[in-house]
Amino acid sequence: MLRLEKRPSPSKMWTALTPILAVILTMIAGGVLFWILGKDPVEAIRTIFWDPLFHEDFAAYSRPQLLVKAGPLILIAVGLSLGFRAGIWNIGAEGQYIIGAICGAAVGLAFYPSESFLIFPAMVIAGALGGWAWAMIPGILRTRFNTNEILVSLLLVYVAEQLLASMSLGLLRNPEGRGFPGSRNFRDFPAAHNGEIFANTGMHWGVVAAFIAVIFVYILLSRHILGFQIRVAGQSPKAARFAGVNPNRLILFCLGTSGALAGLAGLFEVSGPAGQISIDFNSGYGFTAIIVAFLGRLNPIGILLAGLLMALTYIGGELAQLMLGLPSAAIQAFQGMLLFFLLAVDVLSNYRIKFSRSEGA
Amino acid sequence: MDLSAINPLILVASLMVAATPILLAAIGELVVEKAGILNLGVEGMMITGAICGFAIAVETGSPFWGFIAAAVGGALLSLVFAFLTQYLLSNQVATGLALTLFGLGLSSLLGQKYMGVKPPSTSKLDIPFLSDIPGIGRVLFQHDPMVYFSIALIAAVWLMLKYSRIGLVLRAVGENHDAAHALGYKVVRIRIGAIAFGGACAGLGGAYLSLIRVPQWTEGMTAGAGWIALAIVVFASWRPWRILMGAYLFGGVTVLQLNLQAAGLAIPVEYLSMSPYLITIIVLVIINRSTQSAPAELGQVFHASH
Repeated sequence: MLRLEKRPSPSKMWTALTPILAVILTMIAGGVLFWILGKDPVEAIRTIFWDPLFHEDFAAYSRPQLLVKAGPLILIAVGLSLGFRAGIWNIGAEGQYIIGAICGAAVGLAFYPSESFLIFPAMVIAGALGGWAWAMIPGILRTRFNTNEILVSLLLVYVAEQLLASMSLGLLRNPEGRGFPGSRNFRDFPAAHNGEIFANTGMHWGVVAAFIAVIFVYILLSRHILGFQIRVAGQSPKAARFAGVNPNRLILFCLGTSGALAGLAGLFEVSGPAGQISIDFNSGYGFTAIIVAFLGRLNPIGILLAGLLMALTYIGGELAQLMLGLPSAAIQAFQGMLLFFLLAVDVLSNYRIKFSRSEGA
Repeated sequence: MDLSAINPLILVASLMVAATPILLAAIGELVVEKAGILNLGVEGMMITGAICGFAIAVETGSPFWGFIAAAVGGALLSLVFAFLTQYLLSNQVATGLALTLFGLGLSSLLGQKYMGVKPPSTSKLDIPFLSDIPGIGRVLFQHDPMVYFSIALIAAVWLMLKYSRIGLVLRAVGENHDAAHALGYKVVRIRIGAIAFGGACAGLGGAYLSLIRVPQWTEGMTAGAGWIALAIVVFASWRPWRILMGAYLFGGVTVLQLNLQAAGLAIPVEYLSMSPYLITIIVLVIINRSTQSAPAELGQVFHASH
C-alpha cells in the first residue's frame, strides 16, 4: 500500500522537476484526447510544440508571435504570483487587464491626433492605474469588510466585460468608423502605437515591461523585507503575525501590484497587437496567467519559462487548428489539463511516498 | 419606458426559473463546504453538466435522461477534484480554479456539434387544484418539475444536516477533521461523497440552464452563475433555507433587470447586465460580518499521519 509522509521542507529537486513531469503527462493525456477526436496524436503534439519554432514555412511567422503572446502572460502571472505566495487570491486579473486597457486607450484617444511623445507614457501610467484601481476594489473590501477577495475579484471580471462592451459601442467608439463597434485603431495613431521595437521579433514595450517585472519581482522576493513578509505569510500566517507583518498592508500591496501589472498588460495589448478597443479584444490572458503562475512555481524565472511555453501552446494551437482542424476548445482543455497534472505531481515535492504493507488496523 | 408592462406575478414566476440553476449549484456547494472542502470549480462543473445534459437530452429526446447525465457528468468531474485534493493533497483553491478552466474548455469541445440545436422541451407540471387558485396558483404551481425538485432538495439537505446521523458526521468532519478521524470516521471518504454530491448538483444546475432556462447550448453560457452560487453560500451563512432566499433574491434581480431592458429603461443595457454581479458583491459586503459561521476546517488539507 502507498503511504505519504510529509517532508520537513519541500524537496528542491522535485520542485524543479515537477513542471517538466506535468508537461510530459499533459502531452500524453492530450495525445489521447486528440486521438479520441480522430487526429493523429503524434502529429498533433508535434504541430503544437515543435512546428511553431522549427517548421520551415511557419516558424518565420510564429517565432515573433511567441514574444507577443508570452509578454502579457508573464506580466500578469508575475504579479499574481506575489499574492498566490501569500495566500491572497486575485483571480480577476482578466478584469484588471480589461480596465487597464480601457483607461490607457481612453487617455491616448483623448489626445488624437496629437503627435506628442508624452502620449504613450501617459497611456502606460493610466493603464497601470486603471488595473490598480480595479484590483483595489476587492482589496479594500477585504481589508475593511473582510469580504472574500476570490469572489469579488472574479465577479468584477463580468462587470469589466460589460464595461468594455459599453465603451466599444459608446464612449470610445471610432467616430469615423461608420457605426461599427470598436475604437480607432492605434496603428493609425503613431504617437500612441505600441509597435515592434525591432522589426519581426515580436518585441514590443509590453515584452520589455514583462522582463523588467520579472527582474523586479525576483529582487523583491529574494532581497526585500516585503518579499520576505510575503513568503512568511504564505508559509505560516501565525509566524507572520509574530514577525509583525501587517496583513492588510500585504493584501493591498499584493492585489494592487498584480492589478497594476495586469492593467499594463492590457494597455500594451490594446495599443499594440490587438490594435483597438473592441468587444472581445481580451483573449482570456488573465485566466491563462493563473496557469502560468503555477507552472512557473510562483517563481519569477520559472514564470518566464512557463509564459513562453504557454505562449507556444497558443500559437501551436492556432497552427493545429489550421493544419489539422483541431478545435480551439481542445487547446483550452489541454491548458486546463496542464494545471491539473501540475497540482497532482506537486505531491512529490511536498511528500515522500512510502511503500508499506497495509496494517491490520 | 413603460413600467406597467412588467407584471409582478409573471415576475415572480420567472424569478423562480431564473434562480433554480444557482439554487441547485449552491445547495450542492453548501454540503461540500459543510464537510470542510472549498471547491471553487462550481462554474466548471455547471458548464460541464450543461453540455452533458444537453447532449444526452438531444440524443435520447428525453430531458429526464439529460438531467441524469448532467448529474453524472458534474459528479465525474468533481471526482477529479476529489482525487487531487483528498489523495494528492493539493491546494483546494488552485485545484478548484483548474476545474473551472478545464471544464470551460472541455464543455466547448463537447458542445461543438450542438450549437444552434433545439433541445426537447420539458413538460410543465400542472399540480391539480393548487394551480387553479386564482393569481398565485399559476405563479407558484405551474412550473417544470426541476423547480420543485430544487426546493425539495433544500428541505432534504436541511433535514439531513440537522437531524440525521450522516449530517452530524459530515458537520463533524467539517468542523474538526482530526477529531473526526480520531473517532474513527472515514474523513476522506465522507468528503469525497460530499464533493461528488456537490458536483452532481452543479451539473443539474447547468443542465437547467441549457435545457429549460435558455434553452440552447452556447459556449460559456453559465456566465458566472457558478461563482454567484459560491457567493450565495457565503450569503446564506451555510444555512440551507437561506440559500433559497439568496438564490430567489438573485433571481429577482436578474429577472427585474431583464424586464427593465425590455421595457426600454434609459440606462444602457450593459449597465443593467452588470447589475446582478454588482448586487452580489454588495450583498457579500453586507453579510460578511457573520463569517464566524463558516465551517472551521474550510479549505484545510487533511493528512492523517497514521
